[in-house]
Amino acid sequence: MLFLPPAVLLFTLFVVMPAGEAGWYSAFNWNGFGRPTRWIGLDNYRYVFENRAFGIALWNNVLVIAVSLVVQLPLALTLAVILAERFRGAVALRMVFFLPYILAEIATGMIFSFVYDGNYGLLTAIWGWFGAEGPHLLASPATAMPAILVVIVWKYFGFHMMLFIAALQGMDRGVIEAARIDGATGWQLQRHVVLPLLYPTIRLSIFFSVVGSLQLFDLVMPLTRGGPADASHTIVSFLYTFGVMRMRVGFGSAVGVILFVICATFAFTYKRWFMRDE
Amino acid sequence: MRPDRMAQPLLRARLVTVWRFDLRTSKIFAKVRPNDKLGTEETMAITRRILLAAAALVLPAQIAAAETVVKWLHIEANPVQVKIWEEVAHDFEAKNPGVKIEMSFLENEAYKAKAPTLLQSKERPHIIYSWAGGVLRSQVEAGVLEDITAGVGDFKAHLSPAAVSAFTVNGRLYGLPYTVSQVGFMYNKELFAKAGVDGSKIAAWDDLLDAVRKLKAANVTPIVVGGADKWPLHFYWTNLAVRIGGQSGFQAALKGENGGFEGPVFQRSGEMFKQLVDLQPFQTGFLGFKNPQAVGYFGDGKGAMILAISSFYHTQRALAADKVGLSDDKIGWFNFPTVSGGKGDPADTLGGMNGWLVTKGAPKEAVAFIKFFTSEEVQKRLAAGNYIIPTYQGAESGLGSAFMRNIAHNIAVSKYHQNFYDQDLGPNVGRVVNDVTAEIAGGTMTPKAAAKAIQDAYVQGN
Repeated sequence: MLFLPPAVLLFTLFVVMPAGEAGWYSAFNWNGFGRPTRWIGLDNYRYVFENRAFGIALWNNVLVIAVSLVVQLPLALTLAVILAERFRGAVALRMVFFLPYILAEIATGMIFSFVYDGNYGLLTAIWGWFGAEGPHLLASPATAMPAILVVIVWKYFGFHMMLFIAALQGMDRGVIEAARIDGATGWQLQRHVVLPLLYPTIRLSIFFSVVGSLQLFDLVMPLTRGGPADASHTIVSFLYTFGVMRMRVGFGSAVGVILFVICATFAFTYKRWFMRDE
Repeated sequence: MRPDRMAQPLLRARLVTVWRFDLRTSKIFAKVRPNDKLGTEETMAITRRILLAAAALVLPAQIAAAETVVKWLHIEANPVQVKIWEEVAHDFEAKNPGVKIEMSFLENEAYKAKAPTLLQSKERPHIIYSWAGGVLRSQVEAGVLEDITAGVGDFKAHLSPAAVSAFTVNGRLYGLPYTVSQVGFMYNKELFAKAGVDGSKIAAWDDLLDAVRKLKAANVTPIVVGGADKWPLHFYWTNLAVRIGGQSGFQAALKGENGGFEGPVFQRSGEMFKQLVDLQPFQTGFLGFKNPQAVGYFGDGKGAMILAISSFYHTQRALAADKVGLSDDKIGWFNFPTVSGGKGDPADTLGGMNGWLVTKGAPKEAVAFIKFFTSEEVQKRLAAGNYIIPTYQGAESGLGSAFMRNIAHNIAVSKYHQNFYDQDLGPNVGRVVNDVTAEIAGGTMTPKAAAKAIQDAYVQGN
């Protein structure tokens, strides 16, 4: 009981109050100057949902989660199973795969904006070797988001791989020994013994992927700033571009509240349904 | 660099901090002594420098106590121009003992994002940059600006009336404009010659479309545009609206008459812009180009035209890969083409009006400084370097280049100088205009839907 008041105080100060404030602002048409006075009720929420770019942003967040689950997670898992073994170069390879995660998001975005540059970029140079004209991936609404997804997988698979390696190394070797003695072969061993033992880590990895997707912002800004034609916005970059940059504090707050509801709902249901045992 | 900033790294490198433990008092204390590893001679030299640096540190601090400090926030990223501004500040300081001008810088977009918070804090700068228009109006409404009508007095009669009126809200003056600019087509004469196009003959919209076709046939990229920033694309739509609707068309839309921004004038602007877009006149990947990249691309001679703000005359050199860009004899300019049946006068112009605002509670020296900045002497000096089209009437005679003199002339004879829409309509509606024009250019929105989106945003307000 002694330790509760400071925690409650901090939680109130940094979570409850800002969230409440955002909720209050979201009912006003307010540009940030003076006090909010023009009460418009729930209109800001209507404007948000009517906005075409918000639909795209929401869909892009779903895409990021989907790619994290379908591409990134299996990739990280496979590499982890391989690299958790002790062999020459394993540690070096682990480090190489983990390096992109250490890089700052803004720096990564800058680097890849050069890689993708349609005139001078690395990709264009590679295309040039085959005598083709390089693509302008970030300049077309159809390819901008896929290009960003590639960067996301490149940047974060190493982190998830490390999670799995840690789990694999912490695993009780006795169980695997026992399965071996019982005659389990390679695939059976992985599928029926190792994988079930990794479930808690996989659930954690999925949790990180979803939360990361909902927070995704600083990779998008240097790459496309949500463009072209708003094709690569995420919820947060949408909030920034349409709320902060346009001095629509009420509108931005409404987006913030929506994001908060999504995050909170996800966190609680996921905890309740999938991470009950931890 | 100020001497105190210079001294810090110097002190850090040449001195060694030694931590000692005092047995009697049980306290840890630090001793600072010169680095032993340096030779005697060097140590002597360093000691002299440290003493000098220390003197430099102490002296201004003493003087500063009796000074009025005017904090001036600007958004100019071009170091050459900043250098001249620093000189202007020094001149002002020399003429007004006891006043110190403190310059600080914020990048354009960062400034726009930070302004509301900054202006409402106690630490607000005294002089800030402004594009006039809707943002200025909301700042006035919020009461964060100083009414400088009395402080400026009759001086404003010397400045261009159109620019002064842009900084006047409800009959009160809140800032002084120091430059104006015009939007029009800057073109590369060599590439035009290659395609057999004469830039000086382009007067009507169809002439422009013809030129684009000829340039494409000659394998020249007709137009360069920084589509990722969106506002370079909104110039097409808004310039067309200026030609089609004229001043009366814009005023009517502001009042919500004739269907507002959803009305026929603005739908037609979108449709005509679509005509141009359908010819695919822009460089490959134009939606991924930021404006500085596009201007540099033009400076590199890779595209024949750019719908430019007149100040790009300068920036294309700085942003070109070779830092030289296109020389005066290679650059041409023609005004935005006229539209048949349009209500606008061919002499009407679209462009910016930029100036300095004084914030609430600023010392009166701030007003004196912006008056100095827009005085004949300083305006002529800036004009001589061709950095700006001055607002001080008569100062344009100081413009060194024929290119800039032509722009100054265009603005002088214009009876309707429309401020950039994305500034004039305020931060939100303005950016919606940018959004939808970029969408028309990208083929993801019809001109009709674009006009509707702007009207919807206008009704919602900023």
